[in-house]
Amino acid sequence: MRKTIVTIIIVVAIAAVLLFLKAALQSNNDNKTDALFEVAIEHWVTKKGAQVYFAQVPELPMVDIQVVFDAGAARDGNQNGLALLTNSMLSEGTAKLNADQIAEQFENVGAVFSQQVGRDMAILSLRSLTTRRQLEPALTLFAEVMSGPAFPPRAFSREQGRQLAAIAREQERPGSIANKHFYQALYGEHPYAHSVLGDTPTVEALTPDDLAAFHSQYYVGSNAVVAVVGDLTERQAKKIADTLMGSLPAGKPAAPLPDVIGNVEESLLQIQYPATQTHVLVGLPTIAQGDPDYFPLYVGNHILGGGALVSKLFNEVREQRGLAYSVYSSLSPMQQAGPFMMGLQTRADQAPEALAVLQDTLAQFTLEGPTEDELAMAKSNLIGSFPLRLGSNQAIVNQLALIGFFDLPLDYLVTFTDNIDAVSADDIQAAFNKVIVPERLQVIQVGDIAAQG
Amino acid sequence: MQKHHIRFYKGRAALAGLLCVMLSLPAWADVHSYTLDNGLQLFVKTDHRVPIATTQVWYKVGSSYEYGGITGISHILEHMMFKGTSRYPEGEFSRLIAMKGGQENAFTGRDYTGYFQDVAAQQVALSFELEADRMQHLILNEAAFEKERQVVIEERRLRTDDNPQAATYEQFSATAFLSGPYHHLPIGWMNDLEHMTKADLERWYKKWYAPNNAIIIVVGDVDPKKMHRLAKKYFGDIPAGDLGMLKPQEEIDILGERRITVRKPAQLPYLLMGYPVPVINTAADDAEPYALSVLAAVLGGGASSRLQKEVVRDQGIVTQVSASYDPFMRLGTQFMLSATPAQGHSVEEVEQALMAEIARVQAKPISKSELERVITQMTAEQIYAQDSISYQAYLIGSLESVGLPWQLMDDYLIYIKQVTPQQVQAVAKKYLTAPRLTVAELEPLAINEEHADA
Repeated sequence: MRKTIVTIIIVVAIAAVLLFLKAALQSNNDNKTDALFEVAIEHWVTKKGAQVYFAQVPELPMVDIQVVFDAGAARDGNQNGLALLTNSMLSEGTAKLNADQIAEQFENVGAVFSQQVGRDMAILSLRSLTTRRQLEPALTLFAEVMSGPAFPPRAFSREQGRQLAAIAREQERPGSIANKHFYQALYGEHPYAHSVLGDTPTVEALTPDDLAAFHSQYYVGSNAVVAVVGDLTERQAKKIADTLMGSLPAGKPAAPLPDVIGNVEESLLQIQYPATQTHVLVGLPTIAQGDPDYFPLYVGNHILGGGALVSKLFNEVREQRGLAYSVYSSLSPMQQAGPFMMGLQTRADQAPEALAVLQDTLAQFTLEGPTEDELAMAKSNLIGSFPLRLGSNQAIVNQLALIGFFDLPLDYLVTFTDNIDAVSADDIQAAFNKVIVPERLQVIQVGDIAAQG
Repeated sequence: MQKHHIRFYKGRAALAGLLCVMLSLPAWADVHSYTLDNGLQLFVKTDHRVPIATTQVWYKVGSSYEYGGITGISHILEHMMFKGTSRYPEGEFSRLIAMKGGQENAFTGRDYTGYFQDVAAQQVALSFELEADRMQHLILNEAAFEKERQVVIEERRLRTDDNPQAATYEQFSATAFLSGPYHHLPIGWMNDLEHMTKADLERWYKKWYAPNNAIIIVVGDVDPKKMHRLAKKYFGDIPAGDLGMLKPQEEIDILGERRITVRKPAQLPYLLMGYPVPVINTAADDAEPYALSVLAAVLGGGASSRLQKEVVRDQGIVTQVSASYDPFMRLGTQFMLSATPAQGHSVEEVEQALMAEIARVQAKPISKSELERVITQMTAEQIYAQDSISYQAYLIGSLESVGLPWQLMDDYLIYIKQVTPQQVQAVAKKYLTAPRLTVAELEPLAINEEHADA
């Protein structure tokens, strides 16, 4: 254990663990064992309370950093759109620098700084080369932007206007209209119900003071996860985490989000929109991250509609009937119960038929569960494709951020393939019957409803 | 400290030493290229970070090879390539790849059609076997085609007909390119999709799907010599095809400004402006495509670019703006600007603001610091690009499929570094002139959204 002056490391009392992922490549015939690929994940907590995850990947002279705050749209309160506008305003001015200077200073050193907000997470990312004269200015600027936004009024009005325009654009695509209504139908009064963009009146009502208050509450060390991947030593990674987190107060972690109650009755919402296709979404709230039903539902969803070109829905809707270009199901566990969603788009008059195929395919799957062949195929794909999940620095940093944010076990990636392999057909059927309750499915259709006759 | 190692067994030893050597070499110096006797080209780039590989097969055919009446045929054929052969009937290709842990798909562009599988490195042989099989033995079945036609029509509705900005871009292209084959987009015109026949597809497949019109790219944890052996084994015996001549179809000169309006249900207006410009393949002056690339970057590349700074931030009259130019096309292209006016600002006002920025870059050379920033960004991007094996393969394919050497990935930056502010000014003055302009404006039609609970 190396001690540094500025950081107190909380040592988690587990020795370095080396686990072998035989399963990951079990589908290979000519597997030999004389060399290894490994990603070592290190985890520590800074004195500001931030969780840090680091993987040293030395092959390319670059680093990817993600700082994730529990400051997504679920934290908007009744000010829908606040989390997003706060996040996008961070690069629009600090006490010392205006937006032009911030943009120039990142780009002068070839760094890419980006901002992103979902329902759970607010993310700040930096990609930089690791030469000192490029990385150090980028990090200093990252810290300043993250910790000291000034929310200058003129830039505020402009960014507010851009967010309002994005809301308008959300309303001109049937797909995004359907998505917005889908979350409303599933989540009712829950903080997940509204769109990350917010609504026109709530965004119009926001002020720079609202953003400053949101920032000082949520952009704090104890509400942050830092993921670092790249050509750095552990010592350098610690210094980066300290530079970034040292600029923030420790603060408090965000309070737990309320439980999802969800709609207990099935419902159908049809929205008339002038389009050639009707978008159909079907779903309900399911499970949170870390739920014991996750792996059976994950594998089951893969069989049903999660696989890109091989799935029951793809076969029934596209291959057999030619009803849609894109048809899928997804399972998205969140901090609280995230959605299960089936979706497609089809010529307006075919929407009832396509919806029936979605519902029938799900009903049959829930009733009968997967065949042994389907299960074996899915496992083989999910286990065999596991290395692709770690196939780039970008992919690794995303995985680390997820593990940190959702407080998944540190050996999550190590045990992942075993957890997939352990799922049985009965597990899937039981989990689907428990969680994907047909009587609670919400159906959204957006398109030329009149054409359905 | 808690530490978890995720380990993978790998097929080869002595990796650490190899990686050190790689790092001391220039960015792309390790592409191995081979040509088989039947004309098939193979490019292999090693990347040993993770025991995976991407296999891509690119055919030199895309929407710019199509002519009136059969637009969209390259893309429909791409869909049909998943419909099976006598050896691997419908669904078998995808099932085998999925079973081996692979992820796959395909894409059709103006100048190419590509297929890819991302797989564990040991599965490249399977990819080769399946790709070689469907290069020769595709079954075009009438019933499967009828269903797939509907799928593609749905894809067109999704991507173009119900997307006001995409529909505007399609109409822009048909206006800016009058006689040349970039007139239509890869998705094709709806009427052509509706009247495509199986015989059309058979002809297209026979004409273009031959080893001498194909490029195989493998990037990942593989051995180039072994890949060459595998390529010979699976593709080596396929006879070369008679590709015939591709007519030049050069775009006619633009004789004055062209201006169109697209009226569709939408919330926001949208503006597209373009000027015909040469690309590396067509430029009489070799330096011009690089100067145009710098010009696009100075105007629209990143948050510090002129359009972001002036038009988005200082004037606040647009919510979105871009400048784009692709020097790696087969034929001459358009240097494009796009913008979405902010509320309370008209399309005319935005067009004038973009024109003012063009006038500024024509009147005065860009600054040294702007040029340096562009070069710094492009240099960094060349490193970042290597993080993704798929993207590395894509870069090789997008060059080689239009007849440009893969070495241009390295050399591109060398040429960019030779660009002077005066050259950037010169191309702006030469090409971005009023009589050469095409403008498309999206004029939103009101949307009456109705809710009906049922």
